[in-house]
Amino acid sequence: MRNVAIRNWVIGTGTPVLLLAAWWFLSANSTDPFFPPLETILIRFQELWLFDHFQSDVLLSLGNLFLGFAIAAVVGVAVGFATALVPPVRWMIDPLIHFLRGIPPVALVPIFISLIGFGTQMRVTSIALAALFPTMIATVDGIRSVSNDLMDVARVYRLSRKERVFNVLLPAAMPQIFSGLQVSLQVAFIVMIASEMLGSSQGIGAMTLLAQQSFMTADMWAGILLLGVIGFLVNILFSLLKRKVLSWYIGSRRMARAA
Amino acid sequence: MSARPAPPLPLRNRKSTMAQQPETRISATTPRLDVAHLAKTYGSGEKSHTVIEDLTFTVDAGEVVCIVGPSGVGKTTLLKCLAGLHPASSGRAAIDGRTISGPPPEMALVFQDYNRSLMPWLTVRKNLVLPLRHLKLPAAELKERCDSALAAVGLSHADNQYPWQLSGGMQQRVAIARALAYRPEILIMDEPFASVDAQTRFDLEDLCLKIRKDFNMTILVVTHDIDEAVYLADRVVVLGSRPARVLKVVDVDLPAPRDQITTRSLPDFARQRTEVLSLIKRPA
Repeated sequence: MRNVAIRNWVIGTGTPVLLLAAWWFLSANSTDPFFPPLETILIRFQELWLFDHFQSDVLLSLGNLFLGFAIAAVVGVAVGFATALVPPVRWMIDPLIHFLRGIPPVALVPIFISLIGFGTQMRVTSIALAALFPTMIATVDGIRSVSNDLMDVARVYRLSRKERVFNVLLPAAMPQIFSGLQVSLQVAFIVMIASEMLGSSQGIGAMTLLAQQSFMTADMWAGILLLGVIGFLVNILFSLLKRKVLSWYIGSRRMARAA
Repeated sequence: MSARPAPPLPLRNRKSTMAQQPETRISATTPRLDVAHLAKTYGSGEKSHTVIEDLTFTVDAGEVVCIVGPSGVGKTTLLKCLAGLHPASSGRAAIDGRTISGPPPEMALVFQDYNRSLMPWLTVRKNLVLPLRHLKLPAAELKERCDSALAAVGLSHADNQYPWQLSGGMQQRVAIARALAYRPEILIMDEPFASVDAQTRFDLEDLCLKIRKDFNMTILVVTHDIDEAVYLADRVVVLGSRPARVLKVVDVDLPAPRDQITTRSLPDFARQRTEVLSLIKRPA
């Protein structure tokens, strides 16, 4: 058991290290203007992002991302609850949900990009709007799939409306809400980059696109590298949060599989 | 089983389910639970489906009554009517003379499927606490209620575990403990021991009798196990099927205290289980 875990860990970390090493050596003497040596990219990465533009661009991008995502998460869950529980809201929103369900969330991105203005507010709004729908739809689905037995228990023991919402429905729907949040996070990330590439002079996306347009290939690669690193770290953070909030769900699933 | 799926999530607040709180203690002649000509029909017109047709029986205070009948007879529907989860189509069910129109405050229900009636995100203790929150009890009483309920079902050691970490029998005991901590006057159980192994089943049956003795509860148990019904009950209500109706109410005159070995080997036990069995086996 332990050996398998160690082996998996070695494979999991070894592969990316090997790939980076391969990139490093294969590109070492590259003169191709589009594929500069990794060493050059890393030097530019350090110069550009770690000091110079960290505050002006990296923090700005991350701030937009988290603000937009947070708004999407809160509003998405709230609207999802209203849709699932309040009939008039359901009649209004249900057709929209049925329409949106068939469209992959990423396909909505162009709409929001075209709506993006130049201000930070507009960019955060687009991120929030685009990221709203996956969470909202997942919340509605999550609440609808809460078993009737659980709701019967809540009624027999005369739980108040507030208790039913916050102590039964919300936790019961949480696994599905989290899969919605995961998609929302990806969409928020995409819209963040796209919004900077299209309508801004600041931010990681803007810097990366500018580098590409000015044939500063190493800078472009450095920007893409940074986006990759940020995406990776954000996902790790999200997984940690998920593991904490859904520990009961993960545990019960593992138990069900073992049985 | 209900013929139509329940509406997604009715969230009506059920604060005023009973017309009035009883002001006087019930007299000895008033049955605790009175089911009179109760009927339940789902749907209407051509497509209507009558699950229960004209059920009448009573349960006196402190009694254990078992309802037996073939599976699919509508026992669960009956319990849902008694628990105020489904309105009766006609006739009525009443507690101390008050018609049940929503979940009554003095009643707790142990569901058939423990697997789907415990909150998997709460530990055992928190599962017990959840129904008590709105009672706004002092912390000490809250703790005392949970401790004694867990002790009664022999799960004091498991209070910090999650339901899914426990065996089926233990989960059902948690569900019973939750009902006990609620301190109901009437406890209704829907095939509570159907999905546990034989040994656990005997333990839970004896637990049920112990609860009645210790807490002076009125207990109504639905089961399809005739031996279990005769062993537990003061009276057995035998239901006939499609639509459900009362075939007979059998008075069980076995001596107390009951014991899994001695009671079940009494000639009277065999006689009474034969009586119930022949009622059920008889072609309707």
